[in-house]
Amino acid sequence: MSKEQLIQDLRQALGQENVITEHEDLVCYSFDATPDMPNPLPDVVVTPADKEDVVKIVNLANKYKTPIYPRGSGTNLSGGTIPLKGGIIMSMLKMNKILEVDADNLVAVVQPGVIIQDLNNAVAPHGLIYPPDPGTVNTATMGGSVSECSGGLRGLKYGVTKNYVMALEVVLADGKIARFGGKTVKNVTAYDLVKLFTGAEGTLGIITEITVKLIPAPEARSSMLGTFDTLEDAGNAIKGIISAKVIPATLEIMDQVTIRTVENFAKVGLPTDARAILLIEVDGIPEVVAREAELVEKVIKENNGNLQKAKDDKDRDNIWAARRAALPALAQVKPTTVLEDATVPRSNITEMLMAIEEIAKKYNLNIGTFGHAGDGNLHPTILTDARDKEEMERVHKAVDEIFKKALALGGTLSGEHGIGMAKSKYLEWELGENGIEVLNKIKNALDPEGILNPGKMASK
Amino acid sequence: MSYLKQFPEIEQETVKCMKCGNCQEVCPLYKETRFEGAVARGKVKLTESVLNGDLTYTDKLAKIFDTCLQCKACSAHCPCGVQPDKIVLAARAKLAKERGLPTVKKLIFKGLSAPSLFKTGMSVGAKTQGLFFKKSKDGMSPRVPISGLVLRRVIPTLASKSFLASVSENNKVANPVKKVAFFAGCTTNFIYPTVGQALIDVMKANNVEVVVPKAQHCCGTPVLMHGDTDTATAMAKSHVDIFSQYDVDAIISVCGTCGEAFAKHYPELLKDIPAYSEKANQLAKKTYDFAQFLVDVIGLDKNKLGTVDATVTYHEPCHIGRGMNAGKQQVEIINSIPGVKYKPLKQPNRCCGGAGSFSLTHYDLSYKVLQRKMEDVKSTDAEYLITGCGSCRMQLGDGLAQEKMPQRLMHTVELLAKSYNNGK
Ligand SMILES: Cc1cc2nc3c(=O)[nH]c(=O)nc-3n(C[C@H](O)[C@H](O)[C@H](O)COP(=O)(O)OP(=O)(O)OC[C@H]3O[C@@H](n4cnc5c(N)ncnc54)[C@H](O)[C@@H]3O)c2cc1C
Ligand code: SF4
Ligand code: SF4
Ligand code: SF4
Repeated sequence: MSKEQLIQDLRQALGQENVITEHEDLVCYSFDATPDMPNPLPDVVVTPADKEDVVKIVNLANKYKTPIYPRGSGTNLSGGTIPLKGGIIMSMLKMNKILEVDADNLVAVVQPGVIIQDLNNAVAPHGLIYPPDPGTVNTATMGGSVSECSGGLRGLKYGVTKNYVMALEVVLADGKIARFGGKTVKNVTAYDLVKLFTGAEGTLGIITEITVKLIPAPEARSSMLGTFDTLEDAGNAIKGIISAKVIPATLEIMDQVTIRTVENFAKVGLPTDARAILLIEVDGIPEVVAREAELVEKVIKENNGNLQKAKDDKDRDNIWAARRAALPALAQVKPTTVLEDATVPRSNITEMLMAIEEIAKKYNLNIGTFGHAGDGNLHPTILTDARDKEEMERVHKAVDEIFKKALALGGTLSGEHGIGMAKSKYLEWELGENGIEVLNKIKNALDPEGILNPGKMASK
Repeated sequence: MSYLKQFPEIEQETVKCMKCGNCQEVCPLYKETRFEGAVARGKVKLTESVLNGDLTYTDKLAKIFDTCLQCKACSAHCPCGVQPDKIVLAARAKLAKERGLPTVKKLIFKGLSAPSLFKTGMSVGAKTQGLFFKKSKDGMSPRVPISGLVLRRVIPTLASKSFLASVSENNKVANPVKKVAFFAGCTTNFIYPTVGQALIDVMKANNVEVVVPKAQHCCGTPVLMHGDTDTATAMAKSHVDIFSQYDVDAIISVCGTCGEAFAKHYPELLKDIPAYSEKANQLAKKTYDFAQFLVDVIGLDKNKLGTVDATVTYHEPCHIGRGMNAGKQQVEIINSIPGVKYKPLKQPNRCCGGAGSFSLTHYDLSYKVLQRKMEDVKSTDAEYLITGCGSCRMQLGDGLAQEKMPQRLMHTVELLAKSYNNGK
């Protein structure tokens, strides 16, 4: 049974315009946002309009034993949508309806192709927010972010995507449709299959409908910038804030390389001789915000930090503009930007930051580190040039060491970007042989033919 | 070497792209198509594939690179400072070289590039258009499906006498503070001559002397946009010759695209031609959108402004805003006029989908982009829709007609002229 027949069947099932096969078009679906990955071509790109279409595609994939790679906006950083073994790219972007905003139950129901910010815009008139906010909140899809279990700036207080997914509708590898979870706040029926499919990176099923929890938008917020002369002081301030029982919505760190690069690029008035800065925002009820801001201020001063408080919206925007400029500013230094996602318990942040500096020195690399200090999620960002083979060798070695160190400190391979292709080789370091075996058992039970996103995570 | 002439030059631009996909947020065509080839990121990837030999110059590739409004929204938004609109232009130039242009386009460009031929063609057009277009309330619709024109599209009537034919070359004032040369551009010359007259009136009100070089013709952007760099270069040379003869303080345009031709494209096209490159740079340095010139250079004379009682909204043309950086100044002018109530659009600088001939070759897609603009206009209660460019005005005019909306269109300079007139 040939590729041509598969394509013909797909055309029959979905209509001509939903089956893309021209070579030039396929090139546009051979990559995602992950640097330094192979870019193999898919055989065909399909654009289903509803779950019935998805079922038809899965059935045909089974008939022709062809892999399927679900794709949202392709902004993931772990090679999750790369069609490693050829086959079908299933672009979910046409399934982009917000099906329901149920303000009474603080719930929304969406199709997977909805852009995260579009959901936020739809719930804002009800005074609600959907908290997960990856840097790509304006481009990434709900399906993609549920599949990567993405996090974001507000992760410390509000958690990651899995804390908000209440129910899923999934098309399984055999073409059957299953639903898990529901609208109730309490739901302890059976295994937690909602969580299993959240963060499954498209390897266990195709998500066709998502029910998420919404929360009331915070009434007030206060933003602060702390400047430190040593990494230890910054690290102690992070610990101190949490021990003072303040959980900021956002608690971000930038190291010296990042501060200098950002200042050079965005000219927002950052202290370029500081060793580290912390960007902090507390939010909630005005009285609580005032009290928490006071506590944060005290902790920063006790740890020899210099504090700047945003007086108005303009000040606040300036602080967050600095944070948002971090990655773009670093990205402009060199053509290739390798952004990692190593995460450690927050008490070990200082040690991890120092280890990254050591590794940068050892391999003679330019690494800027910024990230979500409050939840221990660091983004060491290596600035390099993929065309420089010799340097790339050193980059790969440095990345290996960064993850080894993170795990040694009791951390994890991924705080929010997922495993995909990029980190599958490290998976055993964290899960051990037995853990991998569990993954494989689940995968084999749900997708015995291995047609769903092969080559990602632990799947062959 | 210019990136327009030597494709590998553009490699430096492509390697900067980290494939983050941020451009998806702002590309109007991606919003409608949700297809990766429509957005900058896909086009950068395709360009890389061409550069490393994985792809060749096919019809399909040309089709993908044609799908771009050159609205520069991606360039303005890209965190890595990539300028995808330049990459697209370079790719179109290379595609035209490798594959040649379709015959119809070749003929049209030949017309556009030969100034006298162009004039005859257009004036014959003005006399004979009744044969091909039926008059409707808002303008004309084509009677027969002329190649590329969609029947439903409403296009404006050609002026019976062109601007250049009706204006005098020298427009003196008593005590001039500056002297400028006015580049009118095609839409002003052939479709909206009143815009040209308004420009002269406004400059006079501000004690600025205006010369209108009669030898001027099309700026060449349409041919450049289609990748015909040789013709565009010839047109650039001709304009550099014409405008260098005048001893003026500035070159003024009332169309972002025309302004950009002088300010950006001519220096790039003429970079490697020693006799022209320096002169082109000199002209580029003193090219301004009229609003920029009035607000930033001479300071708008507000004392003479009369009241215009009108509620207005403003569409910022891509090439006025992101191209010439003159969007602020246009709004400042609108806000300076006594009596004018300005109701901003939610997204004033989102492309209207016009993009020159894109609206003809890709009418349906272009119209979808336009519809979003019209919804935005509807949500204000403006009586007038102001814009700073003739091309946008044509596109917006089609939208107002199709959607049966009551707003009237005006160029920013016409609104200003009206105010000076009321102040007399
Ligand atoms: C500049 C930049 C900043 C970023 N910042 C953050 C950040 O702060 N936090 C963070 O967590 N991530 C971040 N990311 C990573 C990325 O944006 C997120 O992982 C995002 O959620 C991916 O969404 P997407 O729609 O692009 O998914 P895609 O990249 O298209 O897909 C991601 C995965 O989901 C699978 N998938 C997609 N749709 C479905 C479906 N319907 N059913 C089943 N599987 C599906 C795919 O197969 C793939 O494995 C960032 C990326 C970039 C480029
Ligand atoms: S062009 Fe810019 S915004 Fe678009 S993917 Fe490349 S780097 Fe990102
Ligand atoms: S110039 Fe405009 S239309 Fe073209 S790719 Fe960029 S954003 Fe899209
Ligand atoms: S930009 Fe357009 S309107 Fe202006 S001169 Fe050139 S072709 Fe004519």
